[in-house]
Amino acid sequence: MPFGQIAEITGADAFQLEAADTDQVQQALYKRFPALEKRAYAIAVNKVIVKDNTMLSSGSVVALLPPFSGG
Amino acid sequence: MDLWLLCFHHFLEVSMTVAYNQDRYSRHLMLKGFGGDAQLKLTSARVLMIGAGGLGCPALQYLAAAGVGEIGIVDDDVVSLSNLQRQVLYRTQDIGKKKASVAAAQLHELNPDIRVTPYLLRLDTSNAIELFSGYDIIVDGTDNFATRYLINDACVILRKPLVFAAVFQYEGQLAVFNVPDAAGIKTNYRDLFESPPSAADAPDCNEAGVLGVLPGTMGMMQATEVIKLITGLGKPLINKLLIYQALEAESYTVSLQPSQQAAALAPQTAEAFQRMDYEWFCNATINKVAELDPETFETLTELADVKVVDVREFGEYPRARFKHTQIPLSLLLQEIPAFEEARIVVFCQSGKRSLQAAAIIKETIKPHQEVYSLKGGILAL
Repeated sequence: MPFGQIAEITGADAFQLEAADTDQVQQALYKRFPALEKRAYAIAVNKVIVKDNTMLSSGSVVALLPPFSGG
Repeated sequence: MDLWLLCFHHFLEVSMTVAYNQDRYSRHLMLKGFGGDAQLKLTSARVLMIGAGGLGCPALQYLAAAGVGEIGIVDDDVVSLSNLQRQVLYRTQDIGKKKASVAAAQLHELNPDIRVTPYLLRLDTSNAIELFSGYDIIVDGTDNFATRYLINDACVILRKPLVFAAVFQYEGQLAVFNVPDAAGIKTNYRDLFESPPSAADAPDCNEAGVLGVLPGTMGMMQATEVIKLITGLGKPLINKLLIYQALEAESYTVSLQPSQQAAALAPQTAEAFQRMDYEWFCNATINKVAELDPETFETLTELADVKVVDVREFGEYPRARFKHTQIPLSLLLQEIPAFEEARIVVFCQSGKRSLQAAAIIKETIKPHQEVYSLKGGILAL
């Protein structure tokens, strides 16, 4: 699920990917959306923020959350 | 002895009634689960709002209306016409006046029983620690990463609860930092984003636009979290980040965990904090792009072997009246064309998107080529 500026690159809707872990998700996304590679974002797997590569299971939901600065 | 007890009771009752006006807060006092105890806690609370803009205006209004006893407002900016689309404390006649002063005056009229202190200053590492020390809860309603990291780090050092919100176009983020949960675990902004992105990576409202009502929603959610923290009611958004999507009318909440590597990047003491340069820290990558002043820009655009690129989106005004090519930043992000010219000069509206564009182009050019960004954008010409 993409949010904010990430959605501007990938399109707003959630989509499905085949990946064993979050590193593979990132690689697949960078191939499809090269502009994403330079972007800052946090990754949440099943609604938990993860810092390191995280194993995924079937149906896992990965969200890419960019930082917002506006106020 | 009986007489003394009676007096004591009487004194207590009197002190309770002078602490707050029963009629003003009657809807709180009659509210099941709220009542006099919660109202008294609000009356004795001290809250510091940083930024009296889109988030600050609604947060301040509701905190003042709710009877938060002491409110500080930090803002060194003045009201401008484009603020009025969302910053609802200000009127057209306030344009040019200091936001913190106007806001303080408005809040005083709303609720003369509370104390409101405007601080007409720019928050920095030399004043943050002392300023924060005088308040129980800090509310971040600023509009840039440098100040957001500064506030976060100061709150971590002081162990001060921080109610965070930020907006981007149609989405908002909300969190309560530095407040331990039942297990004693607490998190902060760096546990979400260890270090700041470049300013170009996350444009502010001036650059990206914002739905006017969105900061209103987020600011009121901040006020709600502040009231929950003060009164102990409900479950504050501790160790969580809520993302509100206005267009879908949906929210998405994720959990945060403390990150040791994030903590290692933050200053550990007040002394280390005061030595930090947050402006530099937040713009380190962007600073490497050479920026042109308007004079140099105009000279350069007349030379041969120069490519001038407008990276604004199609249809943005004012139109450029000099020779240029338009490649919107959104297209540049998808694909960077191969430029043949020796110099590539990019510009946008205010000079922010062009910095990002220049940084992207810079990574693809050949050794003999140079990329420049027009400082201040077309509006500076």
